[in-house]
Amino acid sequence: MIMNSMQDFLHMGGYGNFIWPAYILVTVVLGGLLITSRRFVRAAQAELDSLDRPHRQSAPEAGDEA
Amino acid sequence: MLHQFANPTRFLRLAAAVQPWMAGATAVLLGLGLYFALFASPGDYQQGETVRIMYVHVPSAWMALFCYTSLAAAAASSLIWRHPLADVAAKATAPVGACFTFLALATGSLWGKPMWGTWWVWDARLTSVLILFFLYLGYMALNNAFDDPGRGSRASAILALVGFVNVPIIKFSVDWWNTLHQPASVVKMDGPAIHPSMLTPLLLMALGFTTYYIWVLLLRIRGEVTANKVRNLRLRQVHERPPEGSEATG
Repeated sequence: MIMNSMQDFLHMGGYGNFIWPAYILVTVVLGGLLITSRRFVRAAQAELDSLDRPHRQSAPEAGDEA
Repeated sequence: MLHQFANPTRFLRLAAAVQPWMAGATAVLLGLGLYFALFASPGDYQQGETVRIMYVHVPSAWMALFCYTSLAAAAASSLIWRHPLADVAAKATAPVGACFTFLALATGSLWGKPMWGTWWVWDARLTSVLILFFLYLGYMALNNAFDDPGRGSRASAILALVGFVNVPIIKFSVDWWNTLHQPASVVKMDGPAIHPSMLTPLLLMALGFTTYYIWVLLLRIRGEVTANKVRNLRLRQVHERPPEGSEATG
């Protein structure tokens, strides 16, 4: 019974082949964009940290404490 | 007041506070929206179950236009006031808008095949949305095409403004020209011509897509601001470094 209704649900009145790809595509594209955006922020932050640290250490030597 | 938020440091602090709320709102709205879209809403009397594609297709198309309008507004304020944050906001919006436009085209195609009998027609609505997709791609390509980021952002901002003429063309294309595409049924002068049982999932998904856009936009603005800092630091390091060897003088 449950199996039947599950099959009906996936069948979507004969249009499952069009409806499910649409929902899967939306999930993949929006999920992918979110993941790449987070990676972009993290990579930029890591790069800034690696550049910032030696710069701060050398700052007093350069004499630009003002 | 707007000027206060235009300060990048203050903006970043505000963005960091707003971001988790946007993430939470997106999860709740899309969760509820998907429940109504896939389980708790009826099929259409004419289109059967395929109407469920509407709940992802229409919000994607709305966001494609909304993102382009934001892109053009940010590009205009970047050109007029030269504010660096406007430029960053435009750059951060473009990939999100491009994704929504791609989804509107792809889900529309998946809806068109069973209902119209074809994946694609070269009519005014579909063609103008395809042009919108290329405008996004063109904006991103032009933005990255120059060694000097300032020149890239000015050139791409002009492209974004010129391309804005496409937005009203998309909106009214279904009224101005013959098309297979159905006319507007929600944003109409005499109120929506759609039953509440279908309007609920549609609005929930549209709101969820909007909070998703704000969430990703804030993330990408943070990323762009950080990347700009990296570029400026690199430039300063290059200028501060004393010339090495005799070839530096030649």
